[in-house]
Amino acid sequence: MISLLEARNIGKRFGGLQALTDVSLTINKGEVYGLIGPNGAGKTTFFNVLTGAYVPDGGEFVFNGSELPSGKPHKIVGRGIARTFQNIRLFKELTALENVMAGHHIRTKAGIWGILTQNRFTREEERLTTERAYEMLRYVGIERFAETVSKNLSYGDQRRLEIARALATEPQLLALDEPAAGMNATETGQLKTLIEQIRHDGVTVMLIEHDVKLVMGLCDRVAVLDFGRKIAEDVPAEVQRNEAVINAYLGGGKHAH
Amino acid sequence: MNELVAAVPWLGKRNPMAARWLLIILAIAAPFIAMQFGRSWVRILDFALLYMMLALGLNLVVGFAGLLDLGYIAFYAVGAYTFAFLASPHFGIHLPFWMVLPLGAAFAAVAGIMLGFPVLRLRGDYLAIVTLGFGEIIRIFMLNLNYPVNITNGPQGINMIDPIVLFGWDLSRNLQVTEEISIHSLYLYYYLFLACVIGSIIFIQRLQISRVGRAWAAMRDDELAAKAIGINTRNMKLLAFSLGATFGGVAGCLFGAFQGFVSPESFSLMESIAVLTMVVFGGMGNIAGAIVGAFVLALLPEILRDVAIPLQQTLFGKVILDPEVLRMLLLSLAMILMMLLRPAGLIPARARYAHPENLHRGGAAK
Amino acid sequence: METLIQQILNGLVIGSVYALIALGYTMVYGILGLINFAHGDVLMVGALTALQTMLFLMGFAPGMSPVVMLTIALAVAIPVCMMIGFTMERLAYRRLRNAPRLAPLITAIGMSFLLQTVAMIIWGRNYHTFPQLISTTPMQPIEGVFVTPVQLTIIGVSALIMIGLMLLVNKTRIGRAMRATAENHRVASLMGVDTNAVIAFTFVIGAALAAVAGVMFASNYGIAHYGMGFMPGLKAFTAAVLGGIGNLGGAMLGGITLGLVESLGAGYIEHLTFGFLNSSYQDIFAFIILGLVLIFKPTGLLGERVSDRA
Repeated sequence: MISLLEARNIGKRFGGLQALTDVSLTINKGEVYGLIGPNGAGKTTFFNVLTGAYVPDGGEFVFNGSELPSGKPHKIVGRGIARTFQNIRLFKELTALENVMAGHHIRTKAGIWGILTQNRFTREEERLTTERAYEMLRYVGIERFAETVSKNLSYGDQRRLEIARALATEPQLLALDEPAAGMNATETGQLKTLIEQIRHDGVTVMLIEHDVKLVMGLCDRVAVLDFGRKIAEDVPAEVQRNEAVINAYLGGGKHAH
Repeated sequence: MNELVAAVPWLGKRNPMAARWLLIILAIAAPFIAMQFGRSWVRILDFALLYMMLALGLNLVVGFAGLLDLGYIAFYAVGAYTFAFLASPHFGIHLPFWMVLPLGAAFAAVAGIMLGFPVLRLRGDYLAIVTLGFGEIIRIFMLNLNYPVNITNGPQGINMIDPIVLFGWDLSRNLQVTEEISIHSLYLYYYLFLACVIGSIIFIQRLQISRVGRAWAAMRDDELAAKAIGINTRNMKLLAFSLGATFGGVAGCLFGAFQGFVSPESFSLMESIAVLTMVVFGGMGNIAGAIVGAFVLALLPEILRDVAIPLQQTLFGKVILDPEVLRMLLLSLAMILMMLLRPAGLIPARARYAHPENLHRGGAAK
Repeated sequence: METLIQQILNGLVIGSVYALIALGYTMVYGILGLINFAHGDVLMVGALTALQTMLFLMGFAPGMSPVVMLTIALAVAIPVCMMIGFTMERLAYRRLRNAPRLAPLITAIGMSFLLQTVAMIIWGRNYHTFPQLISTTPMQPIEGVFVTPVQLTIIGVSALIMIGLMLLVNKTRIGRAMRATAENHRVASLMGVDTNAVIAFTFVIGAALAAVAGVMFASNYGIAHYGMGFMPGLKAFTAAVLGGIGNLGGAMLGGITLGLVESLGAGYIEHLTFGFLNSSYQDIFAFIILGLVLIFKPTGLLGERVSDRA
């Protein structure tokens, strides 16, 4: 197995709150990796540190064999890590198509001069971007809404669009922050199929999720965070039996069911 | 252009082709129509075109990139003063127009980046106040840099600026076509400015429908998400400031040459606010809005001047609201009422950042 | 040495005026997150209303004692400004509380210019001499240092008002409601606070302070006109940011600091730049300070974080 991402002793503190303490984990190429834990365990903080929204106080990420720059989101996306947000964050005045095309930004190169003169390279690149964006929309199943302004899409379609936008950055690792939140059973089922498809097409997936059934059914391996520490990392079946994990969920007043 | 066509009342939706031709004919015939009301109206039209360029440039910063700039007129000033320094007896330098114009644009762009750097991290209202301060600093320097070395000639400003000369053709002189027929200089400037406005529209539309335009819109709608898809927001902001400033600088050069003199008075905060009102009034973020806003708000005060002054004379026997007061009243009310009643502006067209129909035409997808 | 003391004194005088205006900015910002751009122009309306009242009184009762006259002028100017503050909030800002983030600010800019225009219509475009009812004859407490009674009055009255405001905000029921609303509108209203009334009250108090500041400002310089509110308004905003916007103590500290910097800067700029820049550049200090604070210490001297607030 080849490791894609390696987190080494990641720490993050906000004022008096130690949000992450020495979190280390390894994600292998081609797997679906789950990150679970009670509310406030530090899962989203981990995502934010990984994707450069926050600078970690300690530790480092190694991605594809070399260290990731910390606190520089655009460089991290460039290296091949894309994310979605827990509370959907689309460009709400843009259409679905434009959202996905914006996602392709980092893989395009046209400069100001090329844009102003509309030279052959720019036109060709723009055509490819449009084409790719349609492909992505088709891939997540919302091509028919390509020209709908994204704020007018239904909740489930907004989630799909956000995934399409993230995929447009051509990531090797896709980090999904509670993609099933607020979805009904049918939508969750469709989401599961989509994530499996994404993995099948060669993108490694990291996933924060509360829906334990989804996590257990989908993930190859799962890490559990509690109070900013990793308390377990194993295949789903083992994690479910793990003493510390059960205590964390029960002790935190939350049931894993 | 399509947005503008669609904005033509009644005709725009039913017959876009006819609406397009109507606009083109009107644009060409405008100075001749204006001439029927007197020469000063042609001059007013010329100024309206300059305002359109300013509104287009500011719209790029405010409407596309979402950065509220209250000191935009400073870039206009940089352009105008560049022209005044390099083509007037003030320093005794008389560079040709085609050399000064790119210099003015470049200086304005540099000024835009200079403003951009310190304000990168600021958002919304703070950005507005700091840019306002920047505009005021530029104006204070223009007012006071006549001592100890006379650079700007202080409040008097700089006179006798060279006119625009293109290929040996002096635009400030009437063009003698035949013995009897001559084309007035104001017309020549009108068509030059019109060409500049059309050029600006084309450039801005190309920017809008490009990776850059989408990146700006993304940043405006959600900066954090924009970063998360790999947009370098720092560079994109600087680009917006400098490109917006470039349009201001070009308009400033044209203004200096057209007017023949520049003074700090022309670059007051009120002018920044006037341009902002034009953008807001027309509809932030769309090109047609900026054009229509600039056109209406540049002309309306002048129409009021012609109508309201005589009206007041007959009604009250004296002038209570002079033209300048009327203009300020109009602009401030336009701004407040627009925000309260129609925040999307007069022409609330959704700006487009992609051209999917090109793809369908080529049959490449679907 | 005399110059230094003199400049510090001048700085304190102008600084206390800035502080009074800054309080209005900071209270409104603290509660609504809105920069009320028109706040400086409320000051101008206060000064011109007071001027109008004085002119009327001078014609009506020429022998009236200056102190009584000034008091009456204030008694007219303050309610007028309060009404303007109330009206602005009620008619414009309240409707825009949930609007996109640039809308209230653009409206406030429009308000500022509307007030200036209306003042221009009423009082014309000229500079008016503002009657200096408190003596402006300089005294010389130290050889070479001059101070006028009007300057001493400004410092004294500002101090009193600030103490009063602190008491109002920290010790009274309405003050507590204000603090609760600033913390969180929704929760405050769930707790039974009439947040609309509290916000209106905040605008009204801010406007009253601006009226007093306007009269002081005009008395100090002996001049009033329609555009007089713009610069002090902007500088007071700078003072509020410098002190930490949303923080009352910060506004006072920021006001005094800015007054001192400006006054000392104007006194020494010619030395510092080898005669290249002179005191006509005094106005740029505020902007430079504003820029520096926002870049390097956006929380201000004593305040909350501001660069993330949209």
